[in-house]
Amino acid sequence: MPSKMLTTEEIKEINHAIELVPYKKAACIEALKVVQQNRRWVSDESLKEVAAFMEMSPEELDSVATFYNLIFRRPVGRHVILLCDSISCWVMGYEKIKNSLNEKLGIEFGETTSDDRFTLLPNPCLGTCDCAPALMIDNDLYRNLTIEQLDEILSKYK
Amino acid sequence: MEKPLTKHIRKDQRPLSLKEYEKVGGYESVRKILKGISPKEVQKIVIDSNLRGRGGAGFGTGLKWSFVPLDVLKPKYLIANADEMEPGTFKDRILLECTPHQLIEGMIVAAYAIQADVSFVFLRWAYKTAADTITKAIHEAYEAGYLGKNILQSGYDLEMHLHTGVGRYMCGEETALLNSLEGKRATPRAKPPFPQISGLFGKPTIVNNVETLCCLPHIINNGADWFNELSLTNDSGTKIYGVSGKVKKPGAWELPMGTTLRELIEVHAGGMADGLKFRGALPGGASTDFLVEDHLDVKMDYTHVAAAGSRLGTGTVVILDDKTCPVGFIKNLEHFFAQESCGFCTPCREGIPWVEKILNSIETGEGRLEDLKLLEFHTKYLGPGNTFCAFAPGAMEPLQSGLKYFREDFERHIQEKKCEFKNFKFQVSNSVES
Repeated sequence: MPSKMLTTEEIKEINHAIELVPYKKAACIEALKVVQQNRRWVSDESLKEVAAFMEMSPEELDSVATFYNLIFRRPVGRHVILLCDSISCWVMGYEKIKNSLNEKLGIEFGETTSDDRFTLLPNPCLGTCDCAPALMIDNDLYRNLTIEQLDEILSKYK
Repeated sequence: MEKPLTKHIRKDQRPLSLKEYEKVGGYESVRKILKGISPKEVQKIVIDSNLRGRGGAGFGTGLKWSFVPLDVLKPKYLIANADEMEPGTFKDRILLECTPHQLIEGMIVAAYAIQADVSFVFLRWAYKTAADTITKAIHEAYEAGYLGKNILQSGYDLEMHLHTGVGRYMCGEETALLNSLEGKRATPRAKPPFPQISGLFGKPTIVNNVETLCCLPHIINNGADWFNELSLTNDSGTKIYGVSGKVKKPGAWELPMGTTLRELIEVHAGGMADGLKFRGALPGGASTDFLVEDHLDVKMDYTHVAAAGSRLGTGTVVILDDKTCPVGFIKNLEHFFAQESCGFCTPCREGIPWVEKILNSIETGEGRLEDLKLLEFHTKYLGPGNTFCAFAPGAMEPLQSGLKYFREDFERHIQEKKCEFKNFKFQVSNSVES
């Protein structure tokens, strides 16, 4: 079966993480992060490559990968929107923001727009509760959200 | 009023560089202990300061350290728990983003006190700005000789690394955090053995919260008595309190430990938003029991909040106003807990989603009066002693107190088969935003 091997750069980054821990397997979450960073998500094929490199069975690695909210085992779009759905944001109008995003993007939570531009996901408390409601797109945090701001925010991401 | 933890935070929140931090007395505590205060003496100062963990559990910091054997071989580990993810909590973010060197200094003090040689900052994924500030500050501290081999020519070595998590509330529980650092699922471990004896990779380990660690340089510099006197009560120090929800000025403030809930809401948060009344509050995050109007004068420390039937938790208050549905509020909390349960033990994995379903039925007008008994059953059987860790008991705290204080709201939903709060929710949100 043809397999896209881990790149030299990926191996370098994973090895750096391995240096900090007493045995290889302990760096497996770091390895998953490296691969996801480069490939957007962790496909079955990527998972097997990482498992082989980390000297783990794919099943063992998958049990770790699927445990964590932010290791994506299904494809995501070019930009991931994480909308905080926890208590302070809920009190301050999270549902309006959610409904507006659903309408503007034509997708529900867990879905990706047909042009592969956005994936919309709920996310537990973003730790910015005094500025609720809040969301993150990729690495950017947006707070004190109103539905009027959403078009402008979304337009920054192509 | 002294604000040791936040006094050097700039208006624009730009963190101090190492040079700037040194100018205002930064790393003085490290110089002080390395010049001739023994690890045991450092522990004694911190025990005398009565510093209690700011992450939620409130365990004595010095006492926690004292169980680490000082004579065993290295490696030993010190971990800063920066996995702040308790809904409604945003205090550590401020310290991480604005005072990274204060955290590193505190970590060196803690590591020295237990003679650890390796340390990690376990940072939650979402804190991108903090990841940058901490990375830069660790680098600066290495360059200046505060980290690495033979720190300030004292013979003491300490390495420090940043680890960013991949998102799971359980990682905040210290033994689950250790599993996550070992590349495993973040499920809690059985205790004993306690991490102080067998923690990360089976070695002695201490996990301390960010705010706890940030108190340490000031305790070493100014003494245990000074720290005790900062407080208005017998629980020492200052506390970074926060208020979120529909108040005029949500925010976080460093105040003397023991400041009342009323002062937090009415003075610092500017009071309730126009047209809204206070109905209740979670005093320290999602996993704490509600306090209500009768409790407004409760002093917000470990002892007094416990006496009022709740917990100080993280000290960041979430407000429930009179136009927000208490059933919906609690359902939102239980949804969070149902999703974040690690699934390791059955009562938690199965029980909390069931609770969420029942609350959903009640909120949407399909509840039955006997559902209230079912919910009460869960608060008992998911309570302390019936689950593997403190996660499910924490999840039951807002539910059990909510059933007590807001019972008429639950009953009205069931009798009228609808949520009467739905109608004016939009109106109120608009007025807050304008």
